Amino acid sequence: MSTIEKTMLLLFGILLTACGGTPEKKEKFTYERTKTEKKVKAEDQVAKNKAAADITSLDNKGIGPVKNVTLGAEIDQAMARAGKELFKSKCMLCHKPDRKFIGPAPQGVLDRRSPEWVMNMILNPEVMVKEDPIAKQLLMDYNGSPMANQGLTEEEARKILEYFRTL
Amino acid sequence: MKLTIKSLPIFALMAVMFSGCNNSKSPNGNRGALASTAAEKVYVPPGEHDEFYAFFSGGYSGNLTVYGLPSGRMFKEIPVFSQFPTNGYGYSEETKPMLNTSHGFIPWDDLHHPDISQTDGKLDGRWIFVNGNNTPRIARIDLKTFETDEIIEVPNSAGNHSSSFVTENTEYVVAGTRFSVPVPQKDISIKEYRGNFKGALSFIEVAPETGRMNLKFQIMMPGFDYDLSHPGRGKSHGWFFFTTYNTEEANTLLEVNASQNDKDFIAAVNWKKIEEYINNGGGTKMPAEYAHNVYDHSTHSAKSTIKKEVLMVDPTKVPGAVFLLPTPKSPHGCDVDPTGKYIIGNGKLSADLTIHSFGKMIAAIEAEKFDGDAYGIPILKFEDVLAGQVKSGGLGPLHTEFDGKGNAYTTFFISSELVKWNVETREVIDRQPNYYSVGHVMIPGGNSAAPFGKYAVAMNKITKDRYLPTGPELEHSAQLFDISGEKMELLLDFPTHGEPHYAAGIPAEILAPESQKIYRLEDNKHEFAALGGDETRVERHGNEVHVYMSMIRSHFTPDNIEGIRVGDKVYFHITNHEQDFDVPHGFAMIGANNAELLIMPGQTRTLVWEPGQVGVWPFYCTDFCSALHQEMQGYVRVSPANSDIKLSWSLGE
Repeated sequence: MSTIEKTMLLLFGILLTACGGTPEKKEKFTYERTKTEKKVKAEDQVAKNKAAADITSLDNKGIGPVKNVTLGAEIDQAMARAGKELFKSKCMLCHKPDRKFIGPAPQGVLDRRSPEWVMNMILNPEVMVKEDPIAKQLLMDYNGSPMANQGLTEEEARKILEYFRTL
Repeated sequence: MKLTIKSLPIFALMAVMFSGCNNSKSPNGNRGALASTAAEKVYVPPGEHDEFYAFFSGGYSGNLTVYGLPSGRMFKEIPVFSQFPTNGYGYSEETKPMLNTSHGFIPWDDLHHPDISQTDGKLDGRWIFVNGNNTPRIARIDLKTFETDEIIEVPNSAGNHSSSFVTENTEYVVAGTRFSVPVPQKDISIKEYRGNFKGALSFIEVAPETGRMNLKFQIMMPGFDYDLSHPGRGKSHGWFFFTTYNTEEANTLLEVNASQNDKDFIAAVNWKKIEEYINNGGGTKMPAEYAHNVYDHSTHSAKSTIKKEVLMVDPTKVPGAVFLLPTPKSPHGCDVDPTGKYIIGNGKLSADLTIHSFGKMIAAIEAEKFDGDAYGIPILKFEDVLAGQVKSGGLGPLHTEFDGKGNAYTTFFISSELVKWNVETREVIDRQPNYYSVGHVMIPGGNSAAPFGKYAVAMNKITKDRYLPTGPELEHSAQLFDISGEKMELLLDFPTHGEPHYAAGIPAEILAPESQKIYRLEDNKHEFAALGGDETRVERHGNEVHVYMSMIRSHFTPDNIEGIRVGDKVYFHITNHEQDFDVPHGFAMIGANNAELLIMPGQTRTLVWEPGQVGVWPFYCTDFCSALHQEMQGYVRVSPANSDIKLSWSLGE
């Protein structure tokens, strides 16, 4: 190593210490077993190179505002009717109820996904397709066609969910 | 020093470390007027926002441009009086009525003086008004959507220049004619100008809730040229002031003949008195013809109505309503200080500024100290209304703005400088050169009761060597000054589009939170909207074919259409079903003789296409919308005129 290079390395060292304190302090590496367990499950399935349609992942609630949904024992018909109207005006250009179109069919989706996941996919698609393993796989399965955020309220998404129960 | 490849990465790392060390300051920390260098003062770090919006008139572009201050970055061009192929304004069926006039469809105008709506003399940020100078019109732009909502034509006017300024509570937006004309128009010799030509001052009332405009009355003034105007405020609220030139009433070679009189006038109009007069049945209804064009955001369509009548006021019939204040020397700008005490006449052929006192004017009127009259309108004595003059030493004063701290800033075209002076003492405090030949100056809120006196923007008429040469034509140059200190400091040059005649600025925090992001599909009441997924279809009515089409990332429904014939008139009614911010889609049809459409989320737009050739013709989305944007395309099959191919449409079949 030449003298110039040695001097530069020394200078570099000084700079590092001079800057001390500014970079964030990294906590010691830990493995959060409980938190990642569910995630690993979905990811594992995706890793097995399955299409999202073949994956059942009822524990995964997705990422978004919806944390907990309780479905009634009976389908709320009024709510489902309202959901159907919303679906027609906001979703039908890409989703047909019973067959794959631009995006997947909602028929039977609750056999494979949790109600929370469905609502979060409606309400928070930009984040879901980046961070949720199933949604990421879906984006791939559908040739990168994005799920549009239709600006629905949580209440509206809940009505659409109720409609999905009737399919 | 010999550098080896090995040592290069170390250099790079060191450079990163050096810049990395500056992060202790917040990115906002060195912004604004307290920063030390000009560069720091105008630097808005990536991802951060400007402090002010500035709306620059586009002059002969016919449009309004939106910039950020202090960065000088251009954000938008808002089409107003000119067709705009970029988004289809003035080409789409919905927006064509916006450009209708009594002269028919006019695809262009010369846009001047923007003024933002006010409440209690302060900018309220609801609307911005602009004037079309050539075919006289006033437009109102909504500052939630940044779209032109309304245009009203101004009859009996020509060269609509002393416009479009609002009163203290936006009761009126005012338009004065620059060129006097025969009223009503008739076939007479131009040489009969004197006494036969009239100058109309138009008062357009603004509905307080909706902003809807209505031409309430016109004052029929002598045949002078009414150049610029501004409202009274505070104590002088209820008055409006107009500069005049060509009081000589010349009809040819005005360059010489309109500069004969030593003094022209500022016309002081007591509009409250005239309002009272017409509310008591005063004024004469006169036949007129002018267009009133209104855009509706629920139908996403404009409608043009031709109005047939105007209420005319003869100022000599309303005692105490109009007075003339002698002002040297062909005054151009007519500016009222934030307190409303002073009216400043910028005599463009003079070296001095004339400052009239509103208080002295009222006293002279009350004492009836008149110095004759012009066509029955009393003239006040110059000495009786004069508060003082600014002996600036500059040449060719044009326009004045205020900082709200007792100072005024006047542009001097001939000596090419911005001069700061004290309104009360009338002493010159500072002067800075402009590059070159400054016209207007703008301080955000600078012609209201409450200016934001941090920056001034000079709008220069001549660019010359300020930018890289781009052939014989150059964009005009604006110059940003920091005016927070005693001396003005030049911070930045930036180009402006067209020719800005004035601008209006407002703090971003007033507008940004109100800005609309999408149009809701459920509010869409367009006659031809395809709203539900199953409303898309194609209908034939004789030669007219209506395509009810929808679009969402990344396909059109339908995208295959057959059964169109040569000679058909095809209306593509396209609804954008996106409901997310900043996801417009475009629509372009090969061989269409108009423009593209740029359709906002939730909006419906219509393009007419008259296919002239047999074949299969594609259309596509012009706005890169998703990873599958290139796939957003479709075909129309065009058969011969006598073909019996059945009309059909599909997607994915």
